[in-house]
Amino acid sequence: MREKHHLELTQVGIEFPTPKGPFTALQDVNLKINKGEFISLIGHSGCGKSTVLNIVAGLHQATTGGVILDSQEVREPGPERAVVFQNHSLLPWLSAYKNVELAVKQTSKGRSKQEIREWVEHNLALVHMSHAADKLPSEISGGMKQRVGIARALAMEPKVLLMDEPFGALDALTRAHLQDSLMEIHASLGNTVIMITHDVDEAVFLSDRIVMMTNGPSATIGEILDINLPRPRNRITLADNVQYNHYRHEVLTFLYEKQRKVEPVIAVASEKVTKVEDAKKSDAA
Amino acid sequence: MSKSLTLPQLLAKAPALRIANWLAFAKNALLPTLGILLFLAIWHGVAKNINTSLGQFPGPAQVWEQVNGLLSEHQAQREKAALFYAKQEARNAERQAKDPSYVPKVRAFTGAPTFIDQIWTSLYTVAVGFFIASLVAVPMGILCGLSKSAYAAFNPVIQLFKPVSPLAWLPLVTMVVSALYVSDDPMFSKSFVISAFTVSLCCLWPTLINTAVGVSNIETDLINVSKVLRLSPMAHVFKIVLPSSIPMIFTGLRLSLGIGWMVLIAAEMLAQNPGLGKFVWDEFQNGSSESLARIMVAVLTIGAIGLVLDRLMLLVQKQVSWDKSAVLR
Repeated sequence: MREKHHLELTQVGIEFPTPKGPFTALQDVNLKINKGEFISLIGHSGCGKSTVLNIVAGLHQATTGGVILDSQEVREPGPERAVVFQNHSLLPWLSAYKNVELAVKQTSKGRSKQEIREWVEHNLALVHMSHAADKLPSEISGGMKQRVGIARALAMEPKVLLMDEPFGALDALTRAHLQDSLMEIHASLGNTVIMITHDVDEAVFLSDRIVMMTNGPSATIGEILDINLPRPRNRITLADNVQYNHYRHEVLTFLYEKQRKVEPVIAVASEKVTKVEDAKKSDAA
Repeated sequence: MSKSLTLPQLLAKAPALRIANWLAFAKNALLPTLGILLFLAIWHGVAKNINTSLGQFPGPAQVWEQVNGLLSEHQAQREKAALFYAKQEARNAERQAKDPSYVPKVRAFTGAPTFIDQIWTSLYTVAVGFFIASLVAVPMGILCGLSKSAYAAFNPVIQLFKPVSPLAWLPLVTMVVSALYVSDDPMFSKSFVISAFTVSLCCLWPTLINTAVGVSNIETDLINVSKVLRLSPMAHVFKIVLPSSIPMIFTGLRLSLGIGWMVLIAAEMLAQNPGLGKFVWDEFQNGSSESLARIMVAVLTIGAIGLVLDRLMLLVQKQVSWDKSAVLR
């Protein structure tokens, strides 16, 4: 008997209509994910990582192929596939507590008022945001907003947590902090996670597997790298770990040699500068 | 901070502080006062040199005189009314004492409405017209903002009627109201219904258009949040759409109220609905030597009330808007 996977993407492809005819953004994306796995999607901008995530979320419809979660086809968005958006997307007129509460009320039929309140508070505590529960999103920092965004997603008790560059807009220190929090939460709750990232260190540090995407158009999965580092992981010890640096090397080779993006000279030059800065940052971390 | 400064340092800083304070004071109080004084001076100077068939154009002094005149007329009218009711009551009591089966008749005082009465009538009319318009415009705007098809369907009609002047509507509204609003004991007078309805017709558009724009510009991420949470259409409107377009809705409402107030004066002049517009028209027809000054009082009052209405809406907008960082003016 074939092993049953938790989440399966089969021959997923998507075309967008353009004035010049259909544009194939993705094709032949095949991926089988086990329960509790932490998967990172990495690739250059415009390679369709977000599109893959949106198809799993149900926000985009695949043109070919499909997604199956626990033997059920994904046809529309739903709380069992909670999304953490890149720019937090909290409702700006609701406090942190109310933002999480909206998700809880929507997903928990049959909970009493008391149970709802406890569950909201539990999830805010999970991301260390209890102290700012009554603050509006405009009153808290970017990192705190993203924490509340994660709390909102977790509060839906999703089977799969989808994260679209969740820490992309944060500074390096805050990012490291949130990565640690996320790892703790993943260890204790065991959700399946698919995370999009640009950050090689983040991908290696957090993931069980890194899915590397080729450049578009017609982007697809290039390589999949298994990260066999023991958990719990510690960023300081890992910084000096041979195996860890080997994985980083693999991902960097894929991104900057095998899938090197051909871009105008100026853009490449500026990208190199940021690459160097990234490398410095990761050395510092 | 200031405690750590030594006395000589403080003294050295003092003139600079004084100048800064003085500048702030000048900006906030002195300059506006100066502007008003300049306006009064020019008004005074120009008015002296304009002679109309109704006498010299009123300057600030004559207008001020009329303000007092109108207020004391109002006072006198109120006293008359009080006297009328007191007499009526006494008369009824007397008749009832003679004949216990007598059912007293209470008649309303029928003196001419004063300037102050006219102001209240105008405010009431504009409030009703604005309220009805908002009741229609906000839901319609939400519909147009949510559905591209609804927008495509309604947009031509909206664009066509938006620039129509109230004066063009008025004859039609008058005829329609006269034909349809027939009742032996009408709750509102016809002229009131006509004015209020004309105000509504002109108030609709800014609210409708701004609401539609606000609703259609909701962040995609927030819409995605709603989809992931599987909010019902109603919950989507009330939890996501309405709050996020509140700032734009209120921008529309403020514009609408401003237009409504302008339209009302014109409508009252033509529909002969009691109110400030009718006051102006009556004074114009009256043609006494005081008329121009009285009209000028009305003009200033209309301006002041328009200003106050706008500020009130701004206050409400600040109260309900979640984006406290936005600069509202």
